[in-house]
Amino acid sequence: MAPTTRMLRSYGDDLRLMPSRSGKLLLVVLLAVYLLLPFQLDDFWASVLTLAGITAIGALGLNLLTGYAGQPSLGTAAFIGLGAFTASYLGRPEDFGGLEWAFPAYLAVAIVLGALVGFLVGVPALRLRGNYLIIATLGLVFVALYVFKSWDEVTGGNAGVPMPIEVNLFGLDFANLELFGETLGRNQGLFYLVWAAVALVALLCTNVVRSRPGRALQAVRDRDVAAEVVGVSLFTTKVGAFVLSSAIATMAGVFYGIWIQYLVAEEASLGLNLSIQYLAIIIVGGVGTTYGPIVGAILIGSMPALIDEFAGNLPFVSSSPATESGISKPALQAGLYAVLIIVFLVAEPNGLAGLWRRVRGYFSGWPLAR
Amino acid sequence: MTKLFQLVASGAALGAVYALVGLGFVVIYRATGVINFAQAGMVVLGAFLVYNATATWDLPFWLAVLVSMGIGALLGIVLERVILRRMIGRPVYAVILVTVGLLLLVEPVVTTIWRNPATNIETPWGLSKVTIGDVSILQVDAATVVLAALVLGAFFAFFKYTKFGVAMRATAIDQEAALAQGINVRRIVALSWAIAGVVAVLAGTMLGAGAGPGTGLGVGISIIALKALPAVVLGGLDSPLGAVVGGLLIGIAEVLTAGYQSDVLPFLPGGFAAVMPWVVMLVVLLVRPYGLFGTKEVRRI
Repeated sequence: MAPTTRMLRSYGDDLRLMPSRSGKLLLVVLLAVYLLLPFQLDDFWASVLTLAGITAIGALGLNLLTGYAGQPSLGTAAFIGLGAFTASYLGRPEDFGGLEWAFPAYLAVAIVLGALVGFLVGVPALRLRGNYLIIATLGLVFVALYVFKSWDEVTGGNAGVPMPIEVNLFGLDFANLELFGETLGRNQGLFYLVWAAVALVALLCTNVVRSRPGRALQAVRDRDVAAEVVGVSLFTTKVGAFVLSSAIATMAGVFYGIWIQYLVAEEASLGLNLSIQYLAIIIVGGVGTTYGPIVGAILIGSMPALIDEFAGNLPFVSSSPATESGISKPALQAGLYAVLIIVFLVAEPNGLAGLWRRVRGYFSGWPLAR
Repeated sequence: MTKLFQLVASGAALGAVYALVGLGFVVIYRATGVINFAQAGMVVLGAFLVYNATATWDLPFWLAVLVSMGIGALLGIVLERVILRRMIGRPVYAVILVTVGLLLLVEPVVTTIWRNPATNIETPWGLSKVTIGDVSILQVDAATVVLAALVLGAFFAFFKYTKFGVAMRATAIDQEAALAQGINVRRIVALSWAIAGVVAVLAGTMLGAGAGPGTGLGVGISIIALKALPAVVLGGLDSPLGAVVGGLLIGIAEVLTAGYQSDVLPFLPGGFAAVMPWVVMLVVLLVRPYGLFGTKEVRRI
């Protein structure tokens, strides 16, 4: 008899990547959707879903740090900026003051740089918990924004910089992808690249979480002193979580740069609100699960673009808030984030993943147990 | 020398605002053990409440401030009762994130209700200056320092000599022991939120009437209000005295940095003054996380 989700007979069962048959089926369906979807999407939806994928990568990284290791961080925006500007400096064409490196090269350098900065942040953060860690990472966002705004050669200062145009990997030109005799647009090509990266990062996170380092992370989250007593090295675990999470966030930053094509460092683009958006995603999706942040990123990561495109039709939304009454689009978006964060934290702290677990639990026991 | 005095005077005004906002952070931290990010949002809301009372309801300035202080206190109590009380017993970071959500909520609410008024809060002193010797000080700066001194003095007297003040100190030290002594801890927590609301309205008034960089009536003053966090970290998160000392130190240091950066730190790009408090805070967190006057937590990791 094949082992089911609830029947665990050995440690091997517990470690299975895909414990149930329905999970495998879902994976096949998702793969088919991944392969076919870009051919069906127009430019707008391809762009929205690509951004959602980029956001999912960053959220997966933050989830390792906050959801599994229990280290809340408002610093995501700093790492997104780090990734984007590294990509821009190394990868943009020479006539814009760049070095015109190939995509894999600047992606690798950015990830290493992100890991390094994560290490530099993680070591001092060892001494800080809860309240102090949050304000320290908040300070990091403001300091990073200052650096981004003033380092003209790399970030273009107030004028901003163009991002790399060419995205070549394994002989495939993702900015101009040819598949099955059809040439896809830039956004559709990036969709393939980004969601492949999401799958890789999700696999990485799942593997970390279901093995020894992941259990160490959760032990540190639940009680750090007890974790150390049973032989978990706090230094390795906490700093490792920072390094991994920052490297993943920086990677998301590289993709973000490529997606947005031109980036100006300012409060609106790389400020506190971006960090809060990532927190909102993992809270709404469900902290401490792998699929939660991805679902959250699809819902929340695509919200700004959808509001911008469609909310103009709603009666209470005004497009010229300075003169007429009604809520402006950016305000609607910020307000929705805020309400979602508050409502989920107060009413359903495990997010959509927790909601799903409860629904599934109810129906799997029905009608015998309720 | 004139420049120095001038800068110290406006730095003291900025520091007085930090002290007021910081006091709100400290009071709530002592009562609940979390940093209330919504405090910065309450400052913005406070500024707009006063604006609303003066511009729309045509109240005289002082009455408008009093009414807004009342509304601010009520708002603090309602927030605690409706949202934060449900978070008791939850992980610290979850509670903090709820307050971050509240902070995020303020901007859309304020811009939707009041949009973007082009004026500042009308104050009796406007933008006139007093001149002492060579030094001319904005009256609003002087008023800020005086007002902050009065409020802080009243607060410390309340803290030291009244029954509620003693109860608040007892609750901050040990909630269970305070309960056992017959202190109504819920009422004390509500009182803490009310005090935080009151000082937020005052700080908002001063920022909304101010003439410094970044001040003036607008949602941007939440960025300034957040800089009270470095001040309270420097002073010690659970120390009201620390909030005042830290606020003044950070405020004066920030304005001095802005004034002398080109002479002293010419290699740094402009605008360093605005992030200077955060750099100071990061250093303090590394070296002495409990700040100048805070309680030293005994902990080994």
